[in-house]
Amino acid sequence: MSDTNPVPGSLPRSTGTRSEAESPAAPPLLSIQGLVKDFGGLRAVNHCSFDVARGSITGLIGPNGAGKTTLFSLVSGFYRPDEGRVFLDGEDVTGLPSHLIFRKGLSRTFQIPREHKSMTVMENLMLVPKGQLGERFWNPVFRPGAVRAQERQLREKAREVLDFVELSHMADQPAGAMSGGQKKLLELARTLMADPKIVLLDEPGAGVNPTLMGKIREKIEQLNRERGITFLLIEHDMPLVMGLCDPVVVMNQGSKLVSGPPAVVRTDPRVLEAYLGGQYGALEG
Amino acid sequence: MTPVVLAKSVLLGVPLWLFVSSLLTFKPAWLKHLVSIAAGVAVALAMVTLIPTGILSYMTTFILMASIYGVLSLGLNVQWGYTGLFNIGIAAFFAIGAFTSALVTTVKPTGFNASFTQQAFGLGLPFWVGLLAAGLMAGVLAWLIGKPTLRLRDDYLAIATIGIAELVRLVFQNERWLANGPQPLRGIPQPASCLAGNGCSWLPGFVNDFFAPLTPRDYPFVYVAIVALVLYVVYRVLERAIRSPWGRVLRAVREEEASAAMNGKDVAAFRMQSFVVGAVIMGIGGALYAHYVVAIDYGHFDPLYGTFLIWVMLMLGGSGNNRGAILGAFVVWGIWSGTSFVVDLLRPTLAAISPDLPSRGPYIRFFLISLLMLFIVLYRPMGILREEKVVSLDRDLA
Repeated sequence: MSDTNPVPGSLPRSTGTRSEAESPAAPPLLSIQGLVKDFGGLRAVNHCSFDVARGSITGLIGPNGAGKTTLFSLVSGFYRPDEGRVFLDGEDVTGLPSHLIFRKGLSRTFQIPREHKSMTVMENLMLVPKGQLGERFWNPVFRPGAVRAQERQLREKAREVLDFVELSHMADQPAGAMSGGQKKLLELARTLMADPKIVLLDEPGAGVNPTLMGKIREKIEQLNRERGITFLLIEHDMPLVMGLCDPVVVMNQGSKLVSGPPAVVRTDPRVLEAYLGGQYGALEG
Repeated sequence: MTPVVLAKSVLLGVPLWLFVSSLLTFKPAWLKHLVSIAAGVAVALAMVTLIPTGILSYMTTFILMASIYGVLSLGLNVQWGYTGLFNIGIAAFFAIGAFTSALVTTVKPTGFNASFTQQAFGLGLPFWVGLLAAGLMAGVLAWLIGKPTLRLRDDYLAIATIGIAELVRLVFQNERWLANGPQPLRGIPQPASCLAGNGCSWLPGFVNDFFAPLTPRDYPFVYVAIVALVLYVVYRVLERAIRSPWGRVLRAVREEEASAAMNGKDVAAFRMQSFVVGAVIMGIGGALYAHYVVAIDYGHFDPLYGTFLIWVMLMLGGSGNNRGAILGAFVVWGIWSGTSFVVDLLRPTLAAISPDLPSRGPYIRFFLISLLMLFIVLYRPMGILREEKVVSLDRDLA
């Protein structure tokens, strides 16, 4: 079922009926090659391979327990893979710790928002940018002026991001006091503070009301269109995935089952079977 | 207004000046300090004039000890208050700081005295070198402990620190060649003691003349000024570091480690920085202590005095708040000293209950302070001064 592992660094094979605008020669922004992760006796990710094309909004779906979140954790350096490679923009980032992968331009959100609760929304955002002078202990002590100047810029940027996600009114509230949906927006906002090349969104719509969901979707599309940010997102909301993502990758039992444009994926009998005989009626509709 | 009153007032004015100036927030800074110096000296003058000598010296040594504990409490606040590092072996850093400064500043005895006091070395260097060396050694110890344990879960750090604190204490108890083993290491020099003696050669004549009326018995007035200055510098440095991106990352690590890592922060490195910075401060606190008590031995650094009391101070004052850490040190040291009176007063009552009870009096103090800890945790877990809502942003920028 899974792809065979290409030689690291080689161009990815194009798989099946891909429809994306990517030219066959363009290297993928993210290349996942034969990843394996075992937890004790359980193989959560089993030789999973696929690519994420630069500038795409790629959807990652699959039944519960298919290994999607674990795959995110492997790609983002949260776990180390037991086998396989991850290439980010052509560079081998396999097994690097999260903070180094982040510095190479990959941001990730969590399925359950993990905000810094007692810190304000503004602080949560200003935390993110890399290369902050003031993160070195001696700079705020001996060069407070330089740190302050940089803080001013960061605050300005955080204000813009807050405006974009329409959370400006929450800036000085503790992040823990926000609603579930607002926390989802904060997760998205944090990724924006990082100027990432690619953002991995883990269920951006879970527990979010339809209105807010529409807003999140709009933001994702806008970021993709205007800033060229690539997205890879896990989502169970089928209408959302089918409308927003192209291509869609389906995982089942730790491996990639199929991938392709949404129209093709949703009629694939293997996908329907993976979802236990039409448990998710939305796939058909 | 006798010369001795003036001299004492100026020295006692130092802690009061620093206290007032850290409460005032207006600008410019020079005006703030002018106002607070005036206020500090005025209050000191009133105290020295009105309060009987005995009580005044008691108050001075009280401020002195509480300020030393304030330094230790600030060190713990970096580790626990801002970063959530569960260090229950403060005594290790306290002891390392005290013994390091002692060895750096004393001279190794020779001849007849050498048979009474053994020590690995004695450099005879000035107090401030001892202070820096104490911080350095405590920092090195923290790095060595942190390297294997900070990557693991919190409880491992707790186990490691409590174990190492005992280890450090037992090493100083048993290794006579190192710092006189079970016997106290004596003769630790008191900085600027010449000010309360025959005058200091490194000071201009008029300063010596001004302080000339002081006798060696008045030395606590000199040392309280020095300790207050050190406490103030530590406080200011920490405030700057915490109200900045550095402090922001520490708090982010405390609140949600995974998220901090995913947002590009090297969690292990920041935990290490916090642990080492906190330990350096504790080491400096240890040095201040050693130069005050003049003779130290392993017994000063048992888990009660060296660790538990400092935890109660931080919890009561407010962890995650530097002012709270200092306030807690003063309040708890007050309660701790006060319970000593209470136990003394209870002596006849205790004797009436059972003849061997008065000798167990000191344990009642442990009981009372533990009870206090319990009440804090149950009824005011955030302490007297809670963590501010916005910490890691510069106040001047809002």
